[in-house]
Amino acid sequence: MMDDLVALGRVFAYLSLMTLGGGIAIYPELNKLVVDGHGWLTLPQLDYLYGVGQAAPGPNLMVVSVGALTAGLPGALSVLVAFVGPPALLALVVGRVWSKLQGRPWFVATQRGLTPVSIGLLLAGCLTFAKGALTGWTTVLIGAVVFFVVLRTNINPAAMVLAGAVAGILAFGLH
Amino acid sequence: MRSTAMSDEATAKRLAKIFGAFLVIGATSFGGGVIAHLRTHIVVRRGWTDDKTFIELLTISQTLPGLKAANLAMLLGDRLAGTAGAVAAIAGICLPGAALMYLVGVMYQVERQRPLVEAALTGVAPAAVGLILATTAKLGRASLSCIADLMFVALTVICVNRLHLSVPLALLGVGLLAILWHVFTGAPKGQPT
Repeated sequence: MMDDLVALGRVFAYLSLMTLGGGIAIYPELNKLVVDGHGWLTLPQLDYLYGVGQAAPGPNLMVVSVGALTAGLPGALSVLVAFVGPPALLALVVGRVWSKLQGRPWFVATQRGLTPVSIGLLLAGCLTFAKGALTGWTTVLIGAVVFFVVLRTNINPAAMVLAGAVAGILAFGLH
Repeated sequence: MRSTAMSDEATAKRLAKIFGAFLVIGATSFGGGVIAHLRTHIVVRRGWTDDKTFIELLTISQTLPGLKAANLAMLLGDRLAGTAGAVAAIAGICLPGAALMYLVGVMYQVERQRPLVEAALTGVAPAAVGLILATTAKLGRASLSCIADLMFVALTVICVNRLHLSVPLALLGVGLLAILWHVFTGAPKGQPT
């Protein structure tokens, strides 16, 4: 049990620092370590949990379920802390250094240069996600309606996601 | 936080408010697009920060490893109330999803794919696409100021989605190019040197 917890903590602390560029970036490494390496999960289990984590609210914390499957609540907690902790600490430190650098001559150029890249990364992630999500004219219509409503109003995004769920049930679930 | 003018009670109240706000986001942002929920709640609804700061912190979150939304919550919390604020924010945004994934892990054996849930998720996914796209457009409108900026956006997308460069590589390459561009084309007006 204790061995499992230590191994879980070590693996997910390592993985947490491999997540550069979004959660999906670690998927191959996650697969290698969790399925092939430690045999904590099977590949179908991993695929399924990843999908659920994507749909679940908040950041994708599917790794918590890996911990839960392997070693119950202690496993889930050690994975959560190991996976979220190190990058969060790093972000905190960098965020503070960043605000101290404000006003340096090259800082404005750096900030202005990184902003479009940041927007581009958001867009790139969205387009990748769209490939799997937009499967026909119904889904394209749902996406387009949500896009225009969110663009024009300050509606609570949760309402739009809920509307998408209802539209999905009406279009795909009733036959 | 360090200010002595603020009483302990006021600090606790403020932290509870931060925790509550992020908890709501963590509990309602189904189907991805947490960044969109964060912007709506923290920037638009509560006015705790502006788009400029939001994008700045988003950039840091995307440049570093970790879950983008968790990092962003941490940074927003830190700006709002220091370390305690950061912890309150990240705990709030992670708690609901983590609890849910714990239950999913524990109940894995009894879990079955239900057609109705599948259908709902088929509708949720494109809704999330529209949501993220609209938020990206809004953030872009608030932060991009010249044609060159739009070109750097396009270049980043091409690098990641067409050339399949890894995100860190694209970030480094396009980021460096864009920084140099802004260094050599001159600083924007009103910049202190």
